[in-house]
Amino acid sequence: MSDVQETITRVHHEEWARVVASLTKRFGDLDIAEEAAAEAFATAVERWPEVGVPPNPGAWLTTTANRKAIDRLRRENKRDDKHKEAQMAYDEPPEPLGVIDDERLRLIFTCCHPALSMETRVALTLRMVGGLTVPEIARAFLVQETAMGQRITRAKAKIKAARIPYRVPDAEDLPQRVSGVLTVLFIVFNEGYLATGPDTDPVRHELTSEAIRLTRLIRALMPNDGEVAGLLALMLLTEARRTARVSASGELVPLDQQDRGSWDAAMVAEGHRLVRERLAAGVAPGRYQILAAINAVHTSARDVRDTDWSQVVALYGQLVRVDPSPIVELNRAIAVAELDGPEVALATVDRLSEKLDGYHAYHATRADLLRRMGQSQQARAAYDKAIELAGNTAETAYLTRRRDQLAAGPSEAS
Amino acid sequence: MQYLISVIDDESTANAADGSGDVDAFNERLRTDGCLVFVGGLDSPATAAVVDNRAGEAIFTDGPYLESKEYLGGVWIVEAPDLDVALKLAAQASQACDRKLEVRPFADE
Repeated sequence: MSDVQETITRVHHEEWARVVASLTKRFGDLDIAEEAAAEAFATAVERWPEVGVPPNPGAWLTTTANRKAIDRLRRENKRDDKHKEAQMAYDEPPEPLGVIDDERLRLIFTCCHPALSMETRVALTLRMVGGLTVPEIARAFLVQETAMGQRITRAKAKIKAARIPYRVPDAEDLPQRVSGVLTVLFIVFNEGYLATGPDTDPVRHELTSEAIRLTRLIRALMPNDGEVAGLLALMLLTEARRTARVSASGELVPLDQQDRGSWDAAMVAEGHRLVRERLAAGVAPGRYQILAAINAVHTSARDVRDTDWSQVVALYGQLVRVDPSPIVELNRAIAVAELDGPEVALATVDRLSEKLDGYHAYHATRADLLRRMGQSQQARAAYDKAIELAGNTAETAYLTRRRDQLAAGPSEAS
Repeated sequence: MQYLISVIDDESTANAADGSGDVDAFNERLRTDGCLVFVGGLDSPATAAVVDNRAGEAIFTDGPYLESKEYLGGVWIVEAPDLDVALKLAAQASQACDRKLEVRPFADE
């Protein structure tokens, strides 16, 4: 990748949401904003390698996107008054660009509106705020590209037709609306943390840091919401391990093999502070707070051998009651393996086969348990399946090495 | 912008009291605030008739058109600047009539 291409990629990650948000504000139309932003970036891809990167890429993109949007409105012969009539509801008159955070927050609340289905909210937020392409989003949710494209198009049409406003909800509506936003942000964080795609970096720091930044913003708005604090803590305690999680050669390093000294101490400390704050609140924790507590247990152990596994298993038990999903069961089984051995864990894992057969982590977990039990042949088959399904380059590299390290030959196995 | 607020009735709510006093008070508030375009409760689906004159010869049959467990019990048409305002009105309406509601925008002409 050339320097200019790298710059374009970086600028895309940094500026996409800003450009879309400022255009949505100006033109009152998500569709126009998205299309104009996409065109502006396409122009950058075309022109920057020739004429060089402008000194202020963000401003260049916003100006270019504005021009594209005006061109489109002219093409469609929309008179200004007619256009104003169709604009999204917006409380304040347009103001000069610059109030970036609030703009993006408005964009998030619009994309996460409860009149939209959850899957639509996620797709729309990833497209409008995260700047992911339709194929990337389709891949993240295992749906066809055309179906994902339609989902986003329909969502934009609904926002326009039903007049879903471009606004941060008032205090009365905020708690309910925030919960929907948190789900979406967590999904965005995970897409960054375990990025998919053969040409994608294994960890898309811009997505994880964007999710953290936006979660911080929401925490500033709602300092007493336990789940906001829980999600922020969870993200911080996960992000703290980011650099330790991928080796120099681009291979995934599992938790038990990570260099704990390279974890980001400040992030760990902040995450622990938030978890303690929630414990002190004495309110029954929700899903994110329990997940944060699990991560706090892991990050409290200076050596993997010091991990308090019984505490981890107990917390997963609590989580199963709040969120009885097969993925939570799978993660609980991984902790159980540390406490009661791989055989016990495998029995649980195998019961999840029907629900999780298409999920790479299910096969990767089975492979690891079978390997530890000395069942090389079965482990190899499970690794093959996991490699086939894994979309993250670092994970694929790790799984491949693990598979290739298995003792060869059928004589030794089982 | 006008929104249709449909009252969803089913067997469990068909004969239930609608807290008429609450609904009247709510309608009065809507009227005072200039949000009320229309309000009306419907009689039971069994009172409906179906008409089809697409072929030029009107056919009248016994209703309702759709036999379903949930059916339209009444409507409000409200004026609201955006969906959030309409949803707030609908939330109050739901409480006043003690029923589930659907909110749907009228299509732009």
